[in-house]
Order: sequence, then C-alpha cells, then structure tokens
Amino acid sequence: MVGLVLRRVGQAALIVFLVTTLTFVLLRVAPGDPFTATVEHPLIAEETREQWRAAAGLDRPIAEQYIRYLANVARGDFGPSFSKGRPVSEELASAVPNTLLLMLAALVASFVLGVALGVFQAVRRGSIADRAIGGVALFFYSMPDFWLALMVLLLFAYRLGLFPVGGMLNPWSYEYYDIWGRIANRLHHLALPAGTLTLLSAAAIARYQRSAVLDVARQDYVRTARAKGVSERRVVTRHILRNALLPVITLLGLAFPALLGGAVFVEKVFAWPGMGRLAVEAIGTRDYHLVTATVIIAGVMVSIGSLLADLLYAAVDPRLRET
Amino acid sequence: MLVAAWLAVVGVFAGVCTLLARPGLIPSPNASPWRTILDRITRDRLALVGLAFLVTLYFAAAIAPWIAPYEYRVQLDIVELKHQAPTLAHPFGTDQYSRDVLSRVLHGARVSLSVALLSVLLAISIGTAYGGIAGFAGGRLDGIMMRLIDALLALPRILILIAVLALWGGVSLPALVILLGLTGWFGVSRLVRAQVLATRGQDFVVAARALGASPLRLFLRHVLPQAMSPVIVAATLGVGNVIMLEAGLSYLGIGVPQPRPSWGNIIQDGAEYISTQWWVTLFPGLAIVLTVMAFNVVGDALRDAMDPRQVDGR
Repeated sequence: MVGLVLRRVGQAALIVFLVTTLTFVLLRVAPGDPFTATVEHPLIAEETREQWRAAAGLDRPIAEQYIRYLANVARGDFGPSFSKGRPVSEELASAVPNTLLLMLAALVASFVLGVALGVFQAVRRGSIADRAIGGVALFFYSMPDFWLALMVLLLFAYRLGLFPVGGMLNPWSYEYYDIWGRIANRLHHLALPAGTLTLLSAAAIARYQRSAVLDVARQDYVRTARAKGVSERRVVTRHILRNALLPVITLLGLAFPALLGGAVFVEKVFAWPGMGRLAVEAIGTRDYHLVTATVIIAGVMVSIGSLLADLLYAAVDPRLRET
Repeated sequence: MLVAAWLAVVGVFAGVCTLLARPGLIPSPNASPWRTILDRITRDRLALVGLAFLVTLYFAAAIAPWIAPYEYRVQLDIVELKHQAPTLAHPFGTDQYSRDVLSRVLHGARVSLSVALLSVLLAISIGTAYGGIAGFAGGRLDGIMMRLIDALLALPRILILIAVLALWGGVSLPALVILLGLTGWFGVSRLVRAQVLATRGQDFVVAARALGASPLRLFLRHVLPQAMSPVIVAATLGVGNVIMLEAGLSYLGIGVPQPRPSWGNIIQDGAEYISTQWWVTLFPGLAIVLTVMAFNVVGDALRDAMDPRQVDGR
C-alpha cells in the first residue's frame, strides 16, 4: 500500500513537471510577450520595453529563464504578475478558493444526484421512469456547458428573476448582513453556476452508474446468490450495489478535469471571480507567470483527483492491492 | 472541390443508411461480425432515428447555400430588421446586424459538422498509429510513451486549446481542424494500445508471425481489425464532443473566425443580448444539442452492437 502511494505520488509529480515545461515552452514560442500585449501604447518606445524585459529577466536565454523559474517555484515563489501588478501567489489566493467552492459544490451534488438516478434506473430497468430519466440525462449530457449556463441565466435570472445574474455576493448590501444573511447571500449567488455544473456532470454520472449496475447484475455471483434463494432486496443491496459503486470512484478522477474545463465557461457566463476566468484573462495579456501558475494549479488539482481515485479504489477493492 | 467533398461524405452516409434500412434478418451463428453488428443496429429504433437525423442534417449542410433563405453575411435592413423576434419570414429571428439567424444556422452547420468530422478523422489516425507503436514495441518505449499520454491527459483539453488559440490569435479554419485533431488523440491511443496488448499474444497472431509476416503486416492485417470496434465507437462519440468543443472556443471568440458562422459563433453574437434577444442564442444551441444527442445515440448503439458479450436472441 505504501509502495503504491509513493509510486502514484511520484507519477503525479512527474506529470505536473511535464505540464509545467510544456506551458513554459508554449508561452515563449507564441508571438508577443507581456510587454507587447498589455501595454499597447504608441508612445512607449521600444527601448523602454527592452528595459522592462531586462528587468523581468525575459532577455535571457530560455533555458536560463526556465531553470530560474523552476528554482523559484520550488521555493514557493510564483513570480510577479505583469498585468495585475501584484504577486501571482496573491492573485491565486483570491481566485482558487472561489473555483474550489464552485467545483466542490457541483462535485458533491452531482455525485449524490447521478448515483441515485443511475441506480434507480438500473433497478427499474426498461420501465417508463428508466427511459424518461435516460432521455433527460442524454439531453443534458449532449449540451455544451456555456450554452446551458446561458439558458439557465436567461430563464432563472433574467426571466423569472429568482437569482442574481452574476458575481459571488451582493456588493452593496453584503456588509450590512449578519452572518446568516451573508451565508444565504453567498448560497444565492452560488446556486446557478453550481447548479449548471451539477446538471452537466450528474447526467454523465447517471449514465455511467446505470451501466455499471447492469454490468454487475450480469455477473455469475449475482446469479449464484439468486439461485441460493437470497431475497431480491438483499441481492440488490449486498451483491450488486456494493460492487457497482466501485467504478464510480474512477469517475471521481475523471470528474476533476471535466469540472475544471466546465468552470472556465460557467465562470465567464456568471462573472464568477475564479481561476478559469483568471486563466483566460492572463492568456489574453501574455502574463507569463500568471498563466504558468494557473496551469500548474490545474495540473495539481487534476493529479490529486486521479490520485485520490486510485487510492480510494485500492482501499475499497482488495483485488487491486496485489499489483 | 468543397462540393465534391461534401457529396462524398453524404454518399457514404446514404450508403450506410440503405444498408441499415434492410429489415433485420434472422441472425445466423455463422454471420460475419460486421453482418451481426448491422443486424443489431437495424433493430435499435432509437439509433436509426439518430442516424436518419444525422444523414438529413449532413445533407442539409451540404446544400445549405441553395436551401438557406439568405447568404450568411447579408445584412437585410440594419434599421428595420435588427433584433427581430422570430416571425414567419424569419423563423429564427434576426441578429444585431439584421442577419437572418436561420440562414446562419444552416451555413453554420457546414462549418461545425465538417470541422468536427475532419478533426476526429485526424485524431483517430494519429491515435491509432501511436497506440499501435506503443503496444507493439512494449518495454521501456511503451512505458515512456504512455507516461507522456498520462501527462497530456492530465490537463483539460479545453484549457490546452484555449491557451494555444488565444496565444496565436485568430487561426484559420484548417489550422483549427488540425489543432482539434492534435489534441484529441490521447484517449484513442490508449484504447488502441490496450487492444493491441490483448491481441498481440493470441494464437493467430503468433501463427502469422511464425509464418514470417512483417511487423507492419501483423499490425495492419491481424491486430488492427481486432482493435477497430472501440475506436469506431470512440470516433462517433468524439464527433459530438468536438462539436461542443468547437462551439465553446467560437463562443470565446477564438474558434472559427467571424463573420463565417459556426454554431458557437452565432451563440457568441447572441450572448451579449441574451436578456432580451434570446432567439439568437437558443436556436444554434438547440442545433448543437440535437446533433450531439444523435451522435451519442448512434455511438451507444454501436458500442452495444459491437460488444461480443452480447448474445443474440435473448
């Protein structure tokens, strides 16, 4: 078990390193740099820009820049953000928790909803309820995230006026609320973006869970249990469900990249001040250090997701511990 | 040239359809695998509906310039016909530049569908080659190649695409297809490698090798056909996926260059005015959802039909 953990952590570290290198090279190869993109002003002389580049160390050979950057990151210093005028770590500190909140809310809600629906469908296989839920799940599964976000925004915020159109809290009144009012205000703002992500991801989970249950129901040990005269209820709860919940753990690992990608669009539509929005802005302004840092964080988050999934799998399924 | 390409695509789809339209024959135990798969699919009514929808859509896209009421960038009347809600004359309404949204959705179908189809073709070609090499080579090379795939799969594809497209800014349509293809093959290569590993040691492959077949011949003639069915399923589902990806990129303004319409582009035009002019956003979005649904239904049916564990006549 300890060996497995160590090996997987090593792999995750290697992956994050490769991704960092890839981003670093990609940024340096692309046309433009932080000082051509952010400061588009005809009166700024090329010599001045050269001075800025030299001050930021961008005039050195790429290999040297790369080694310096890695050394700084190893010491926990992500460098300055050229476009925001403050350290990258401060930018991340304000944006990452917002994205995590959004993702975790959607993750929990979609797993509860998706697993429940999938199991229900499989148990009532072929019924009208099964087909109806399957149809709805397919509908949401086939929907681009940004479009669903726009439609949710149109219906619930603009037409029905039930929810705010964007942001994380009400900037005018938030200060005057007591603690419960503040929590309620934040939840009110969280509902639409988290709900959008939940619908999309629950649809995928329900489809997956349904086929996982049906797969297990075909196994020999289930037939044996039935043949022994075990009650149907017990067959479903003890023999089928226990095994059919295993593949869902794999989905936990896959859900991280999917939610992170979805968050980029959902954050844009609902003006949620998170990492996805920060990354898109940073790319637009060629903010080298900020882009690389967001990509590192994304890589770390995805790696932690798949690492957790693997370890959980090994912990729950004794068959996997051998290898 | 473009028209010829489209006719070819439509021809293939029409051919598949006529094949499928045959009444499901009674499956004989000796039927060839492809025959069995065909039989199974023709009995799946939902899949047939999905397939019929796709064929119609591809056909409509192919002849869009002739059936669309207007040209995609013609501005009808920038005073009177701006922001028009759907009417009989303009069933999908008009946008902020007084362009007919129905015409733009029809023209957009050409772009969105062909970008998705071509980039998936590119992706499965690369993925098959890479996975085949890794699976065949084995050992250290295989290990290194698969670690690289792990790293590439660790990042959300959309983030890679946003990064590259935003950095280079306004790429041409062929470049977009190539980029989508280059970022889409990682999963396929894993599938192919797994199949190659499973097939490599089987007796008929060993026999062929003993008879002196070259590695290339072994791969193409004996191993690859076994590996194709999951790849075909992945490709079908992949087209739907890429349609959504391209739409997302175009919505951010870094996908298909304006004013050429793609479904995502039209939504980008509409998103600004979503609170009042909902129709510009709604209709192209529905087109995406229906198309992707059809691809998913057909892909699911293919997966079921190609599953060797399924036994006919249950």
